[in-house]
Amino acid sequence: MFACIFVPNFPVAAVFRAEPELRARAVAIFEGKPPLEKVFAVNESAGRIGITPGMTKAQAELCSELTLRPRSLLQESVAHAALLNCSQSFSPRVEDAAADTAILDLAGMESLFGSLPEIAHNLFRCAATLGLDGNVAVASNPDAAVLAARGFSGVTVIPSGQEADSLGSLPVEVLFAGWIGKEGEGKKKEDEPQKESVHLLATLERWGIRDLRALAALPEVALSERLGQEGLRLQQLARGAASRTLVPVEALAVFEEAIELEYPIMLLEPLAFLLNRLLEQICTRLAARALATQELRLTLELENLAGVDPQLDTFGIPSESDAAHSATQSQSPAQHFISGRQSKFCRTLRLPLPMLDPKLFLKLLQLDLNAHPPGAPILKIHLAAEPARPRSAQGGLFLPPSPEPEKLELTLARIAGLVGEPRVGSLELLDTHRAEGFRMRRFMPEAAQKTKRQEVAGEGKSAVAALRRFRPPLRVTVTLENGELAHVLCSKKKEAQGSVLWKAGPWRSSGDWWEREAWARDEWDIALQNADSVALYRLVHDLLGGSWFLEGTYD
Amino acid sequence: MSSAVVSTSAAQGRPFVFVVGEGAEVCSRPSGAELCTEGRPPQRAFSTFTDARLASVTPASRLAVRPAAEMVSSGIAAMDALTGGLPRGCLTEICGPASSGRTTLLLAVLAAATQRGECCVLVDASDALDPQSAADAGVELDRLLWIRCGENSPEKSLEQLLRATDLLLESGGFGLIALDLGDLPPQVARRIPLTTWFRFRRAVEHTPTVLLAVERQSIAGSCSSLLIKLGLIKLTSSEDRISEQHLDSQFPLPSQAQLLTGLEITAELVRSRLDRKPVRSAEITFASKTAWAG
Repeated sequence: MFACIFVPNFPVAAVFRAEPELRARAVAIFEGKPPLEKVFAVNESAGRIGITPGMTKAQAELCSELTLRPRSLLQESVAHAALLNCSQSFSPRVEDAAADTAILDLAGMESLFGSLPEIAHNLFRCAATLGLDGNVAVASNPDAAVLAARGFSGVTVIPSGQEADSLGSLPVEVLFAGWIGKEGEGKKKEDEPQKESVHLLATLERWGIRDLRALAALPEVALSERLGQEGLRLQQLARGAASRTLVPVEALAVFEEAIELEYPIMLLEPLAFLLNRLLEQICTRLAARALATQELRLTLELENLAGVDPQLDTFGIPSESDAAHSATQSQSPAQHFISGRQSKFCRTLRLPLPMLDPKLFLKLLQLDLNAHPPGAPILKIHLAAEPARPRSAQGGLFLPPSPEPEKLELTLARIAGLVGEPRVGSLELLDTHRAEGFRMRRFMPEAAQKTKRQEVAGEGKSAVAALRRFRPPLRVTVTLENGELAHVLCSKKKEAQGSVLWKAGPWRSSGDWWEREAWARDEWDIALQNADSVALYRLVHDLLGGSWFLEGTYD
Repeated sequence: MSSAVVSTSAAQGRPFVFVVGEGAEVCSRPSGAELCTEGRPPQRAFSTFTDARLASVTPASRLAVRPAAEMVSSGIAAMDALTGGLPRGCLTEICGPASSGRTTLLLAVLAAATQRGECCVLVDASDALDPQSAADAGVELDRLLWIRCGENSPEKSLEQLLRATDLLLESGGFGLIALDLGDLPPQVARRIPLTTWFRFRRAVEHTPTVLLAVERQSIAGSCSSLLIKLGLIKLTSSEDRISEQHLDSQFPLPSQAQLLTGLEITAELVRSRLDRKPVRSAEITFASKTAWAG
């Protein structure tokens, strides 16, 4: 058995998906170059007030109740991808029949999803959650399912062997719906198959053939003599007896949503509303495929402000060289591409684990955009999610406490906004003897290797004396007596000065002499007698610069 | 609308009624004979109301005893012997001057917690952590979240520390949250309002998190369940051993021949609210040794 999901009036449905608040209003979609824009598609409410495809935009604008929107191929492609996602959540074999039509092979799916009517209803509901109001039909062959979906609204299940009876009441135009669609589209795609279809339809009309039952009842030989093989093919379709092999498509690797704005957005708050909508749609699509995401890519198309030098602006948009520099600094760099009259602003949100929570994503994106504002009005929003298998974790009663990944990610993002992104994370020691031989990296406790339990210090070992660093090191003046350290004077920190009671050293080290950042130093461990206390410090003499520093205190 | 609270007069042994919300009026409660007198229904109703309120009050003898806090090892056996470990769901303060062993104890606690598999956070007000020391102490760096405040002024870093701590406590799930205020000037650290410490204590209560604050002087007041004061007794060096061999030598030992091998630290348990009875101040001494001492 095969199922077909068909979204009628697809350009309007794509706009409704992006702007659900328009559903209750009369909407017309126009296309074309100004000033020759024409109405391309209308919804039912617009049809009722007399708006028809083919009217000029100027004519349509006379109707005050009407909402006009330009045709968005981007939104249509996104809606089409959502339609395929919805279909692929029910069957691995899905044919991409048209922009508004997908055919599913339901063989073997009954044991997974229930009876055929149940599958059809679930498919209908799934499409509705993705913002697509479609017709669903189930039949024994793909073409019958397509005809039923195009002809009957809602959910239709045609039992095997009753295709001809069920399809009989449909008008013959449904056979040519793929070729003769909208008037505007028909004019645009003026080609041979369409001409032939128009000719066939006119012939059938002259014969008085109005529905598929009448076409199915015609004698085959006589029909073949008059209309040729195409006539026979149409009759087979009308009888619901055509058979062909499904041509499945591969599952999409990237989930994308986009929205084009009529007016540029200046503030981040209205942007959050749109992002929320896109994120919910992406998460619904991912959930339909039992997937999560580990990487979100946000691309904002920005309006290039007049009079602003793209290479050196004052609105926070760095030049490409700056973007390249920031890419080396940050884990999720902002990338700006300035081309022509518009520039693109990219942010990538990498998550430590696959997640699927639109509210969390929205908060993370908001925090990220607060820290890295786009800097110019936004014209277009494009959001892409890299799919990943959801994590599977087995909880345990006796496991040590660990923060929830979603909460942790949000907390880390908030703290990064507080203290700066490079100043939060876990440590990684570098293979060097340089003083600050470490780097910060993302804190991922789940990735921590389950190391073999070591002996805890309290169970036998003594504690290790720790150094407490001064960042930056304190510059000091050292007095020598007979070539020995005698007194240390520090203007920045009064308690870190005094006479040297005890000293050990120097310990000489150097490195990176083959690099520009060569270093060479002598280290002492000293005890300083201050006014009322004694403290231990690490004193460093920079052999290249000649300065003395207190690097830290033993504490 | 006013409410009444019944108390007992210690002087006369007679109950008094305090009318709350209408000034500090204190009036004597009528005798039982008056209550039984007919024609005084309002007083009877009042008495019934008071009895009902009294019945709803849980007697002190039936109050639930707060469960004892779970104690975890501090990573130093002597310290565990002194304090019984560090309590979960409580605030512990470690205070002491520079070179008193605060960071040594902090890293030992972090090492013990990370080796138990817990996620730990170090909110570092002065950006003073030495990663090599942490690794030498046995801290599993993958499980340690290091938040480095202190890029600007001490006041700014203190504000960052408090806000980050609030966020971390709200997030939950950490085994240990350590606040390092050790290098902040005392006059800046004392600016933390006591209400903030109460909020931290309330947030960490009934959670498996150990909240640890390292500072120069105790600043959390009665909010901390455990207060440990540290001090340096002496440093240990290789000189001690060598000097014995060179006692008769007339030449002083050169500094190159000496090596800092460790610190001897004294710890005093100043306050513990974990036990019912007040804790007497107790002291211990423990030794730490440098990573290169072997």
